[in-house]
Amino acid sequence: MNALQIIFLVVAAVTLASAGFVAGARRTMHAALWLVLTLLGVAILLATLQAGFFAVVQVLVYIGAIAILILFAVMLTRGLTEEQGAVHHRWWWLAALAAGGVFAVALVILNRWPGFQVLLEELPREAEAMTDWGLALVDPMRYLIPFEVASVLLLAAMVAAIYLAMSRPGGQS
Amino acid sequence: MIPLGWYLIFAAALFAVGLFTALTRKNAIGILIGVEMMLNAVIVNLLAFWHYWVQQAGVPQLDGLTFAAIVFVVAAAETSVGLALIISAYRRLHTAVANDMDLLKG
Amino acid sequence: MSLWDFLRDPIGFLTTWFYGVLAGWGVAPGVAQAIGFALGSFILATGAMLFVMLLIWFERKVIARIQDRIGPNRIGPWGLFQSVADMLKIFTKEYITPIGVDWLPYNLAPVLSVASVLVVWAVIPFSITFYGADLNVGLLFVIAIASMGELAIVMAGWGSNNKYALLGAFRAVGQMISYATPMVVALLVPVMMAGSLSLNEIVQRQTVWYILVSPVAALIFFIASIAEVGRSPFDLVEAESELVSGFNVEYSGLKFGMFYVGEFLHAFTAALLFTTLFLGGWRGPGAEQIPILGFIYYVVKTGIVYFLTVLIRGSLPRFRMDQMMDLNWKLLTPLSLAVLLVTALTNKLLEGLALGWRVVVLILLNGLVLWVVNGLLQRYERRRVRREVTSVRRPVARPQQGGAE
Repeated sequence: MNALQIIFLVVAAVTLASAGFVAGARRTMHAALWLVLTLLGVAILLATLQAGFFAVVQVLVYIGAIAILILFAVMLTRGLTEEQGAVHHRWWWLAALAAGGVFAVALVILNRWPGFQVLLEELPREAEAMTDWGLALVDPMRYLIPFEVASVLLLAAMVAAIYLAMSRPGGQS
Repeated sequence: MIPLGWYLIFAAALFAVGLFTALTRKNAIGILIGVEMMLNAVIVNLLAFWHYWVQQAGVPQLDGLTFAAIVFVVAAAETSVGLALIISAYRRLHTAVANDMDLLKG
Repeated sequence: MSLWDFLRDPIGFLTTWFYGVLAGWGVAPGVAQAIGFALGSFILATGAMLFVMLLIWFERKVIARIQDRIGPNRIGPWGLFQSVADMLKIFTKEYITPIGVDWLPYNLAPVLSVASVLVVWAVIPFSITFYGADLNVGLLFVIAIASMGELAIVMAGWGSNNKYALLGAFRAVGQMISYATPMVVALLVPVMMAGSLSLNEIVQRQTVWYILVSPVAALIFFIASIAEVGRSPFDLVEAESELVSGFNVEYSGLKFGMFYVGEFLHAFTAALLFTTLFLGGWRGPGAEQIPILGFIYYVVKTGIVYFLTVLIRGSLPRFRMDQMMDLNWKLLTPLSLAVLLVTALTNKLLEGLALGWRVVVLILLNGLVLWVVNGLLQRYERRRVRREVTSVRRPVARPQQGGAE
């Protein structure tokens, strides 16, 4: 048990606990705030995987954009949705069964795989190879098409979001 | 020096909690929160396998990174459209509870 | 190990000495490094917080001069210790917690708002030897941490259980998210020129100040950073006449003080970043041999940038909400994209040219971009139908016929 493992265990425990609070929070706002802590924990775990770039992008995209948007949406739709009966569905135990089943199946399958116990060694510093990756992303023989598809997807999402959230004067809203 | 299995167990647990949240929450935003958690678990999984793969192959690998980046893009797109839908529905129906959005019910 | 060594690089000297002492006590290198980092961050954070007091005094003095007043002048020479007195006052004030606050977000928000700024200082290179961590994604880290500041504002606005606080938080976060777009795009110009996201490397490769390479990007970043911080003319967040004081209405005592300190620190950090990215950071004659000189250059350059922001604060009126959004989405964002494209293309096409000539071409192109934008804006302005702003005639209060007089 070395220092890195202890860090992992502590962060993973906090992250899963806050994920549990997300699932159980009575107010949607609290669920969203606990979600921020969960995302932060995941970012730290990504940093322990030596994916520093993705750890920072996780904070930037998930906390800086997605979580803030969710908080915004919760604040905009508040009032009527708070404190009116149960926040969870009536058949929540069915969902718990399903989630537990998924977890158990994943564990069983993973346990049969020999790579399960492999220790992740520290990679050499150049393993993340950001410059190579950047060049590969715009290389037509490698990832140009996924990259372009991703950008088109983002553009489409932006247009869609603006169109949906726009209030039309004299419209049916 | 962390076993790969720890990351995989963590990701599976996070995925399960996210699934539970997405299935049980009545509020549409709560459902979206659950989906975000599931996507996050996927990212952890992808990057753990990326690390494992680089370690096994001994040379830098880029497939895992690209995959993770695409998941980030999908998450961002999904949230923006999803929240726009919820806000738009809230404007018309004055509710964000998924059960009450039943205009199509006979 | 002489006096000259100490004077040349006091921080590096002290660090080496400290690690030497720890090694002499038989502390393992890993533990020694952990202690060193903890101590260093503690000293840096405390220094930053104390520095804010000086900053507040400076700002009050400058604003007072602009407004033809004297400013703080009672406590200490030139009123230098006015902030100390203010701080003591704020320490002894009562905490008033309104009914119905959301306890955790309400109390966490002030801490987060200061922390989110202080963490940025971890990656800023103050001189060639004096920096916290050399992250290879430093700039992304800075932007990511800035988004934690938005989180603090949301938490404060929500937690206070006050509709003015909530409205203030909406405005603040809307403004910060919007202005992040042109800011990040403008930041890509120095990143592209340096070929690195690490702040340290950006400074080291900055043989020509990037403000010369792309004055337009520097201008956009400057404007956007003022908006990020939420200072005048972008201080709609705390428009006193509309929102009492924005998201921090319900805070009192030291909790309010934290927000106050956080705001000043944020403004200063924006100046630090501007200096690092566009004014060559610690670069200057002899800064590589004598690190302390680099530190002095850095502080002086930052001081000038900060002075500029204070001047702007003192002299411009507040934007209206729609003007602020128009400025961002209709001017700064397209302009920043145009500048990014121009810089990237020019850099690629003129790769063989010497750096000096490339810079000249880039300056000319930047001027061209500005000229075109100016022309377009003037055409737009001429075509726009100006609505006559006339006041509706309201009945003037006059004595009622037959009423009590």
